[in-house]
Amino acid sequence: MANSLLSVSGLRAAAEEKEILRGVDLEIGEGETHVLMGPNGAGKSTLAGALMGDPRYTILGGEVSFKGENLLEKSVSQRAGAGLFLSFQNPVEVPGISLENFIRTAIEQGKGEKLRPWVFHKEVKETLAALSMDESYGERDLNVGFSGGEKKKAEILQMLLLKPSLAILDETDSGLDVDAVRTVSRGVEEFRKNEKASLLIITHNAAILSALKVDRVHVLVSGRIVKEGGPELIEEISRDGFSRFEVNEG
Amino acid sequence: MTDEKTQVQDVNRAFYDFRYEDRDSYRIDGLTKEIVQQISEEKNDPEWMREFRLKSLEIFNQTAMPDWGPSIEGLDMDHIATYVRPNAQRMNTRWEDVPDDIRNTFDRLGIPKAERASLAGVGAQYDSEVVYHNIREDVAKLGVVYTDIESALHGEYGDMIHEHFMKLVPPTDHKFAALHGAVWSGGSFVYVPRGVSVEIPLQSYFRLNAAGAGQFEHTLIIVEEGAYLHFIEGCSAPKYNVANLHAGCVELFVAKNATLRYSTIENWSKNMYNLNTKRARVEEGGKVEWISGSFGSHVSYLYPMSVLNGKGARSEFTGVTFAGKGQNLDTGCKVVHNAPDTSSYVNTRSISKDGGISTFRSAVVVNPKAENSKSAVSCQSLMVDDVSRSDTIPAMDVRTSQADIGHEARIGRISDEAVFYLMSRGVSEEEARALIVSGFAENVSKELPLEYAVEMNNLIRIEMKGAIG
Ligand SMILES: Nc1ncnc2c1ncn2[C@@H]1O[C@H](COP(=O)(O)OP(=O)(O)OP(=O)(O)O)[C@@H](O)[C@H]1O
Ligand SMILES: [Mg+2]
Repeated sequence: MANSLLSVSGLRAAAEEKEILRGVDLEIGEGETHVLMGPNGAGKSTLAGALMGDPRYTILGGEVSFKGENLLEKSVSQRAGAGLFLSFQNPVEVPGISLENFIRTAIEQGKGEKLRPWVFHKEVKETLAALSMDESYGERDLNVGFSGGEKKKAEILQMLLLKPSLAILDETDSGLDVDAVRTVSRGVEEFRKNEKASLLIITHNAAILSALKVDRVHVLVSGRIVKEGGPELIEEISRDGFSRFEVNEG
Repeated sequence: MTDEKTQVQDVNRAFYDFRYEDRDSYRIDGLTKEIVQQISEEKNDPEWMREFRLKSLEIFNQTAMPDWGPSIEGLDMDHIATYVRPNAQRMNTRWEDVPDDIRNTFDRLGIPKAERASLAGVGAQYDSEVVYHNIREDVAKLGVVYTDIESALHGEYGDMIHEHFMKLVPPTDHKFAALHGAVWSGGSFVYVPRGVSVEIPLQSYFRLNAAGAGQFEHTLIIVEEGAYLHFIEGCSAPKYNVANLHAGCVELFVAKNATLRYSTIENWSKNMYNLNTKRARVEEGGKVEWISGSFGSHVSYLYPMSVLNGKGARSEFTGVTFAGKGQNLDTGCKVVHNAPDTSSYVNTRSISKDGGISTFRSAVVVNPKAENSKSAVSCQSLMVDDVSRSDTIPAMDVRTSQADIGHEARIGRISDEAVFYLMSRGVSEEEARALIVSGFAENVSKELPLEYAVEMNNLIRIEMKGAIG
């Protein structure tokens, strides 16, 4: 197995006093592509949010190490600085700051150094083009008035420019038309070109995975990983659904 | 490291707070008939002005304090210096001639640098007197006049000033307009002749340096038919423990088909009572654009007003007010539609933090003759925490059935979700909040020339710093 990048053990988390993650174990190595599947409400977004440090979730127990360090004691920005990225299921609209300026600010703060504006601008332009987005999106306010699909593409744009070590994509493919799914897949492939970059893809749809070499599949049901396996598990789930994994509450 | 202001985001409030010790400056405290006469003598006023001052004082004494806004009890007129002459020659047109400590003050605020970079002319007032005024030669050649109002009073524009001075804002308007009429000192006179378009802005900077003093500058701008001007006003003061007072007056005359853009970035220190009056009269087809950023002062009463007197005259007001700890800022704007087809557009944002109070008042009056007029007022408030307050008090007085009037108000808070989202990209919590707040105020910053927009964002950063906890 590759060098360990993320190691989650016995993670328990709650939202609004309700325990949602009830002991999650997950290992992701450097350069690996993992898939997380599970029925609606299983806790997939909660896991993604808890890893990123979403304040809506309270950690009740368990451990998470990222690059050998305790992730849970880091602030959200420190987690990002350490190389963790989350593509949101519902990205927030932030008026008054342009997409390009925001990414630049984020990179500059992360690195603690100034970027050369025109070099960066060129990179933004090329990345926008690669994602079939009009150049003007760089100047538009962050996610404001973006369609559902455009928001997802903007998340992938940020991922490509921020170059994290581990990107968690929370249903980045849902709500996208056929062409957009292909575009996003291309973006993800582009990201995978960096041999050390890892992915945790949360999805309900096998389409985005078809072009990717998936290393491992995890199935989350009722806040626990109930099954793990190779890429063949994706097909199985597409065919049979999750019912055979359902566990008895209590 | 140097002290000079740069484009780099500088988040040091000390930048505005520094001061050099006053030496030998001449100062008059209090407000009596004798004092007003003394100021008038100092100024070598024409006879009509001396009488005007004394009449204004009478009105001041007969007028009650405003009883409807933030408290101004901390303001004791007997202890406010009504006149402070800095240790300088009256007026200079060469920067080198301005005395060192005053020049250093403005240097550190970036004033002469801005002039070289992007302004057509600059005026600088220090306490009660204008210490520097200059206009680019090519602009002056077009017939544009930009000078201190006192020398203009004695020159060829004397009659014009007499004709316009406090005609839009008469001393009877309110108590502090009367005070202004009595003790006004310094300020600018700008005249843009017919058809002349001044492509780059003129700027005037007011610095109140003396403790416990008042600043009462008068700005009079006349833009003739079809002309264009952008005038920028900046204000700052170091912080003292005693009350300072700013009761300036701005009168703008916008002729037929002329456009005047009036931008202000106000950063008075937090011991300032800012009781300023600004008004514009707009003739047929003319337009006034107010851009206003209010950051400083302890208490503000500030409601620029547009009187739309000619058919098709327009007014746009874009403002942001930021009230932090210990600040009660009552701002807004007023529009009077007096002619058909006039339109007004008001777009404001107010931000409150650390117990600050920000109140937005608007008043739109549509008179019977103003058929087919339009007005749209939109104000948004953002409360950065739970202890701060934001209110909106819109008033409409519409006296014709043929008008299209709209009002929209929204009050919000910084969402944790947005802070989390921005932080997840690697920016700190402080930066995330500052980004959200400056984004919220973007209605104003996008209207300002770049370097002023940068300064405004710096001010927001200064205010937001330490917001966490
Ligand atoms: N902030 C919250 N407050 C209250 N309940 C929450 C909160 N976040 C999640 N939950 C609840 O936790 C459970 C898991 O939600 P989560 O969003 O993690 O599911 P999911 O696996 O991502 O589902 P989907 O496939 O529909 O996206 C759901 O029952 C949800 O209602
Ligand atoms: Mg989800």
